[in-house]
Amino acid sequence: MTAWIVDVGVTVLLLTGSFFLLVGSFGLAKLPDMMRRLHAPTKATTLGIGALLIASMAYFTFSLGIPSFHELLITVFLFITAPVTAHMIAKAHLLRDPELRPRLPDVQANGGWATLGRSPQDTQRGGP
Amino acid sequence: MGMRLLPQPVLTLVIAAVWMALANSVSLGNAVLGLALGLAVPLLTQAYWPDRPRFRNPWRIADFALVVLWDIIVSNIQVARLILFRRGDSLRSQFVRVPLDLTNAEAITILAGTITMTPGTVSADLSADGTAILVHCLETDDPEATVTAIKQRYERRLMEIFA
Repeated sequence: MTAWIVDVGVTVLLLTGSFFLLVGSFGLAKLPDMMRRLHAPTKATTLGIGALLIASMAYFTFSLGIPSFHELLITVFLFITAPVTAHMIAKAHLLRDPELRPRLPDVQANGGWATLGRSPQDTQRGGP
Repeated sequence: MGMRLLPQPVLTLVIAAVWMALANSVSLGNAVLGLALGLAVPLLTQAYWPDRPRFRNPWRIADFALVVLWDIIVSNIQVARLILFRRGDSLRSQFVRVPLDLTNAEAITILAGTITMTPGTVSADLSADGTAILVHCLETDDPEATVTAIKQRYERRLMEIFA
């Protein structure tokens, strides 16, 4: 009886997860420019993978009777790495695309935006 | 003495929890081993991390985590909607500047990460002196409201957590 409920729950979670992962990948292909594309894989995939991991925990714990929670670690590591990756990609993009610069808001701070603020000599040397 | 033995009580608990999650079992042996690591690692790394953050109110982390978790779910649905039902060119995307009141490097890192994981925003760069974050919004009519929301929802809570 309870096994039936667990199965339905796990199935729903798997379908939800797959749906969001698919949308994330689709957005990456569909959106028109680099900065907008970054939004799709950083967000739509976190809920997708989150749902898959909860499904995995529920399946092992309730269906097979093996308590499992190391999926939580995957979630934590994903939450740490996804924003850092997105941030690095955005920085590289800002540095490499001069057309983007007029669209940036005024920094109102000493030294400008960290990626662009260096003097041209520093950029040529490739290091601070 | 208590401060010296436990320089980072929160880190100690996190290491113990991560250890038990890696082993994927909650047993007395794993808890003891995890706590031993949690005691040893902060003591050994203390010298290499001079300006480590101090928590003012670590219990507020739970409140912050719940708010962020909820926002992640909402943002996923919003972004999925935008991707599926809107033409890419019609999205009013723009960069906004979020001035920072936080000064602690670790707290700013968490804020930048949170911005990326939550509704329609990606943190793209930091000002060289660390007083502002450059944020890219996927769809916004009112950049001021986005900035206010980020400051009210996340930065205010982070300021309560970190001293």
